[in-house]
Amino acid sequence: MSTVIEPPVEQPEKNLEEVEAVTIRFAGDSGDGMQLTGTQFTNTSAVVGNDISTLPDFPAEIRAPAGSLPGVSGFQLNFSSQDIKTPGDQPSVLVAMNPAALKVNLPDLEEGGTLIINTDGFTPENLKYANYASNPLEDGSLAGYRVHKLPVTTLNMNALKGNVTLSRKEIDRSKNFFALGVLYWLYDRPMENTLHWITSKFGKNPELAKANEIALRTGYNFADTTEIFTTHYTIKKAKITPGKYRKITGNEATAIGFVAASQLANRPLFYGSYPITPASDILHELARHKSFGVKTFQAEDEIAAVCAAIGASFAGQIGLTGTSGPGVALKQEAIGLAVMTELPLVIINVQRGGPSTGLPTKTEQADLFQAVWGRNGECPAIVIAPSTPADCFAMAIEAVRLAFKYMSPVFYLSDGYLANGAEPWAIPEISDLPKIEVKFASDPANFMPYSRDPETLARPYAIPGTPGLEHRIGGIEKQHITGNVNYDPENHHLMVKLRQEKIDRVANDIPAVEVFGENTGKVLVLGWGSTYGSISTAVEKLQSEGKSVSAAHLRYLNPFPKNLGEVLAGFETVIVPEMNLGQLCTMIRAKYLVDAIAFSKVKGRPFQIREIVRKVEEYL
Amino acid sequence: MSTNGNGLSGNGNTTPVEASISAESEGGSAVSGKIAPPPGQLKKSDFVSDQEVRWCPGCGDYAILNNVQKVMPELGVPREKIVFVSGIGCSSRFPYYMNTYGFHSIHGRAPAVATGIKCANPDLSVWVITGDGDALSIGGNHFMHAIRRNLDINYILFNNRIYGLTKGQYSPTSEFGKKTKSSPMGAVDYPINPLSLAIASESTFVARSIDIDVKHLGTVVEAAAKHKGISFIEVYQNCNIFNDHAFDSFAERSVRTDRVLYLEHGKPMIYGKDRNKAIRMNGAHPEVVTIGENGITENDLLVHDIYLQDPSVAFMLARMEQPDFPQPVGIFRAVERPSYEELMVDQIEAAIAKVGPGSLEKLINSGDTWVVQ
Repeated sequence: MSTVIEPPVEQPEKNLEEVEAVTIRFAGDSGDGMQLTGTQFTNTSAVVGNDISTLPDFPAEIRAPAGSLPGVSGFQLNFSSQDIKTPGDQPSVLVAMNPAALKVNLPDLEEGGTLIINTDGFTPENLKYANYASNPLEDGSLAGYRVHKLPVTTLNMNALKGNVTLSRKEIDRSKNFFALGVLYWLYDRPMENTLHWITSKFGKNPELAKANEIALRTGYNFADTTEIFTTHYTIKKAKITPGKYRKITGNEATAIGFVAASQLANRPLFYGSYPITPASDILHELARHKSFGVKTFQAEDEIAAVCAAIGASFAGQIGLTGTSGPGVALKQEAIGLAVMTELPLVIINVQRGGPSTGLPTKTEQADLFQAVWGRNGECPAIVIAPSTPADCFAMAIEAVRLAFKYMSPVFYLSDGYLANGAEPWAIPEISDLPKIEVKFASDPANFMPYSRDPETLARPYAIPGTPGLEHRIGGIEKQHITGNVNYDPENHHLMVKLRQEKIDRVANDIPAVEVFGENTGKVLVLGWGSTYGSISTAVEKLQSEGKSVSAAHLRYLNPFPKNLGEVLAGFETVIVPEMNLGQLCTMIRAKYLVDAIAFSKVKGRPFQIREIVRKVEEYL
Repeated sequence: MSTNGNGLSGNGNTTPVEASISAESEGGSAVSGKIAPPPGQLKKSDFVSDQEVRWCPGCGDYAILNNVQKVMPELGVPREKIVFVSGIGCSSRFPYYMNTYGFHSIHGRAPAVATGIKCANPDLSVWVITGDGDALSIGGNHFMHAIRRNLDINYILFNNRIYGLTKGQYSPTSEFGKKTKSSPMGAVDYPINPLSLAIASESTFVARSIDIDVKHLGTVVEAAAKHKGISFIEVYQNCNIFNDHAFDSFAERSVRTDRVLYLEHGKPMIYGKDRNKAIRMNGAHPEVVTIGENGITENDLLVHDIYLQDPSVAFMLARMEQPDFPQPVGIFRAVERPSYEELMVDQIEAAIAKVGPGSLEKLINSGDTWVVQ
């Protein structure tokens, strides 16, 4: 393209240095396109063969005042030539588009780390917004870092002015692509992937496509020619098992996992949901898959969403509802109805900081008790939790399998970190996926609505439209076998026990919990859900130093795997890191009488590897 | 069972309860156990379940149940394709007494459950049975939204203007100043008019009837069943225990002809035992006139049109009340509009026509992919 600044003939010599891993954080105003920049950098890094893990961190406000501290949006990416499982404890590189972004993120930057700063963002007004008494670019406060100052807005304007028929404001919006170009050069990434993306994304608006492309290329060439950078870095391909991979976030994997479950069960999926952060993307994704017969119902509220899903289940489809913690609080009465009527139902809870509205965009694991015990009466439900973004796919299928086999609600506990975090996913073969059997009752001669399968204790599934099986169900206690309304004390006691035992028997149908490391030793680190990456990396590090530490990770929380008690008994100390005040830990202590130690972090952020290492070291 | 007092289940080593699983059931069952005859041969008795009806003797619910059971064979729908869904309250026990599929759900949520059932299987004839507390108080939100979406379901609200099952508190339709256990000095809540609310929520079919007006109720229920889209019926239902005689001022047999206006499509609004009382418009307002007085003839009267797209007249009629006006019953409005579940299915079919039936292989291989050699 003629508009691109070509590198001068005489280029300064630049070093290309090989590094193992880089953790980079992009930070700017929520309108600066930092999520997009981070996502593009991630996709390119995955495609060139690095292992990746990401952590977006965005404000709850859509557009907090420009330049303000609450308006800062960040995206952290760890890319490596080694196997990685977390987005990195601390960024080694921070890209800050304005003073607020610097102020919020600088405390996380590692000592001596690299700062890439858009100096154009450091206006007196923005400095004031960020509560800087003096300009940190001038007062020496950044002396401990390698600071690269770039007037990104000006450079981008100069490159685009006269080349595109866009307003100043529109041109400025492409400055994130300029910054991305700079980083592509700095970390030796090809531009093709992003150029393709620009073409497909902005195909309908050629001027915008052109602006973004020029911005990207100019940023790249600028970094190559400027004297600001003397060295750039390359990160080799990671040793990854051969196969086809896809970059996937937890919410994407959740959504397509349930579509897959619907295909495997040969039953249509009905998704009742009310928009809520951080679960809404599941609704958006599923609404796109109508060609799979997926029915998405944006309900008037959380209660209607779950009730409609229960109705769909009653009528023979896969009733699914998705929300976050506050939504589950509203749905619980209806979930109790599904327990009582013994209908299949899956409840996705993408957990976020609580209580109440809490921290809508931040991650937490504090809804475990809510899932296990949060309803009136003795009201057991199955509870499972995916452990990585990619695991969300497998566990979605598992949730549907269990819901139908046991005619029971199943809680699927994801969280904000899994939902928005991305990692490479080894795309499975369809033939390797489990089959899901859905059996409908059809014989009027032997039909009793509350008779039970001798093995699973599940009741028969008789859907409207089946001649001769007309029957009535509801939330009032049922007579054993007949399903009639019944208030008899003995019958109630029996039914309470039956409903509990049905869930207990799920333990016969789930895999044993695996121990990572030796089966006995000094410390076992026990986790569940999204803490998997930090725990396993920390334990791996300690094991490589010869320490007597093992890890176990629970994907099934009610019931627990059958061998859990035995596993716990093999260790002197059990440490349970959780993003809550010790909910799994309390359950373990109560059930197995083990003096487990809760390691809590409830900051809206995942555990760092070193935090877990330090905690474990206290007990070695 | 080794539940150890903390709510946590045993470690798979539970004492099984199989012993009792094979126990014989006592008495009847919640299931018919018999395949119903085809639609043309169905009788009222095919819709009567074996459950003992447990409403108070003299309750208006009996008349409504009897009527609905009588209308069912007329609909031409196979019994197994009929589903009754209810919330909580006296009226919500209704599904147990119908020998169809039934779902007695939770308080206020029947429209939401019914929405899921109808969307999952549009082939089913879905009926919501609710009361004034269930529909307008705890379930107010679902009432409005199920109606505006125009799902093809039939929605019958038993309005007795009282909470019966909880033993006599005022309801959202109780009159202002009503003295009840929870309002000993009189309710200071202003009541809501269910039909106004249904019309404001864009209901495509709105009707009203009276429990004891058996013949009228039957025709209204049948018309509702045949309407495609949401059919909302308010039935004045007497609670002889906690709010007896609530509707006597116009519904009682001796005064009914003089105080009830039977709305009929295409006919002028005439009522009274002498058929000389009528409604005409005076500017923007309705007024009661006497035919033959002051030169009033049939040509001056308001003619009922259930097909008006504009809901204003239906709304106006819904606001007419005793003693200033006759109490209107019948079909207020019946307009056509595609139903929600139909549109939902259309979109699925359009998506399949455009891209073919979904391929799981393609789906999981989409997005940002790469191959590691």
